[in-house]
Amino acid sequence: MLKIKNIQTYYGNIQALKDVSLEVKEGEIVTLIGANGAGKTTTLMSICGITPPRSGEITLDGDLITGMSAEKIVQQGIVQVPEGRRIFPDMTVLENLEMGAFLRKNKQLVQQDLNYVMTLFPILEKRKNQLGGTLSGGEQQMLAISRALMARPRVLLLDEPSLGLAPLIIKQIFDILKQINKENNTTIFLVEQNANQALKLADRGYVMENGRITLVDDADRLLENDDVRKAYLGM
Amino acid sequence: MDYFLELFLGGLTRGSIYALIALGYTMVYGIIQLINFAHGEIYMIGAFVALIVAGILTIYGFAGISVLVLAAIAAIIWACAYGYTLEKIAYRPLRGAPRLSPLISAIGMSIFLQNYVLLAQTSDFLPFPNLIPDFEFMEPVAHIIGSPELVILITTFVTMILLTLLIKKTKVGKAMRATQQDMSMARLVGINVDRIISLTFIIGSALAAIGGVLVASYIGQVNFYIGFLAGVKAFTAAVLGGIGSIPGAVLGGLVLGWTESFAAGYVSSDYEDVFAFGLLVLILILRPAGILGKARKQKV
Repeated sequence: MLKIKNIQTYYGNIQALKDVSLEVKEGEIVTLIGANGAGKTTTLMSICGITPPRSGEITLDGDLITGMSAEKIVQQGIVQVPEGRRIFPDMTVLENLEMGAFLRKNKQLVQQDLNYVMTLFPILEKRKNQLGGTLSGGEQQMLAISRALMARPRVLLLDEPSLGLAPLIIKQIFDILKQINKENNTTIFLVEQNANQALKLADRGYVMENGRITLVDDADRLLENDDVRKAYLGM
Repeated sequence: MDYFLELFLGGLTRGSIYALIALGYTMVYGIIQLINFAHGEIYMIGAFVALIVAGILTIYGFAGISVLVLAAIAAIIWACAYGYTLEKIAYRPLRGAPRLSPLISAIGMSIFLQNYVLLAQTSDFLPFPNLIPDFEFMEPVAHIIGSPELVILITTFVTMILLTLLIKKTKVGKAMRATQQDMSMARLVGINVDRIISLTFIIGSALAAIGGVLVASYIGQVNFYIGFLAGVKAFTAAVLGGIGSIPGAVLGGLVLGWTESFAAGYVSSDYEDVFAFGLLVLILILRPAGILGKARKQKV
């Protein structure tokens, strides 16, 4: 569904992605793991058109999306939950969710999805008139995921949703991701440093080092892989 | 008591005009952290367009408040076109450049627009027709507040209410706030931030044009330099209230207007600027981000 072929992304003269290729198939959960600075976030930002790659191509269902503006890419159904959640701090929870549905015209369907995310995360219903910046980290992550869901994504990209959260909340969020993937057949591409959790959730995994993909395999095989265990699972 | 009330209302009138122009500074700053030094020139161009249109309309036999309304509409449209173009040619190419570059570009545009009007028109003060008639119902209170002040107060008040509704309630207003709070996240939810930035310039220019028309009609003359003076005052108001904050711009404008008015009334009109800028210094010492400004968190 989402295919990345040989992309090279630069920040000024510094090359962050070196010939990265990967693929996410429809309905899959795929994870990209790697250390700090490996290029995981850049990969997501390249897909979303925020830091467009200098060369290479990204396609969605065979249609080229490289070179499209960020808002056009959202319109194609690729929606990101960025690192650090990036809630609009001075807008209410409800307004944050409305912003997620910014490009959608059908008010009825938007309302339906609003009810849906409120059943996924009942806490948001309680907090709906509170400012986004006043929520706890876990609540903000739930809001960030819900905001992305409000766009009815075909591919949901997540950048370290577990960062800085308590284990119990992480489990809750990962369970919900599984549920979203099952219920709506939403394809999920998950970037994580929490390799253990991510590989348990995912169908397949990619390992990234210094801007290159170094390993690809089924997630359960990566969990058994000696190099991965040593480098990312601390075993 | 009457004297106090007169100064109070005079300050309110003056302050509401400052506020109107300050909104343009603060909205632009809020979104792209740029002090748009050419904003005062948009105000001046608004006043000139109104002068020209009012002249033409008068020739065709229009009179009174209808001329003011039509001239104001023409001025708003014209100023919006200038504001939009200004952003497009002078600031957009510098997006992503160090912050000093667009600032210099802004100063350049300010000088350019002043001299353009100087050449296209004249360096003399041109008389601006008094378009606001003396209302009869204002007769009993005329020694405290005149009809022009009343029109200015009502216009600025209604404009600010409309602006607040736009920003708080409409979809595009929410997109503006989202862009202000986190620009790249706004792009990630599908907001076309370039369009939002253009719109911000257009709205700010419309507000400046309204201010320009009202003041020109009130004072009775225009000149290529009026934008600079009004711009400096409005910029002061925006900083006073906390640049980037919309309620701050309004509050800053009013505080500045009252300070000037009371200083002129109770001390001497020679000292009104001393008090105005003295207040600015004082507030910046006590609250560096302005009265309602929030210190921006720097990401490290």
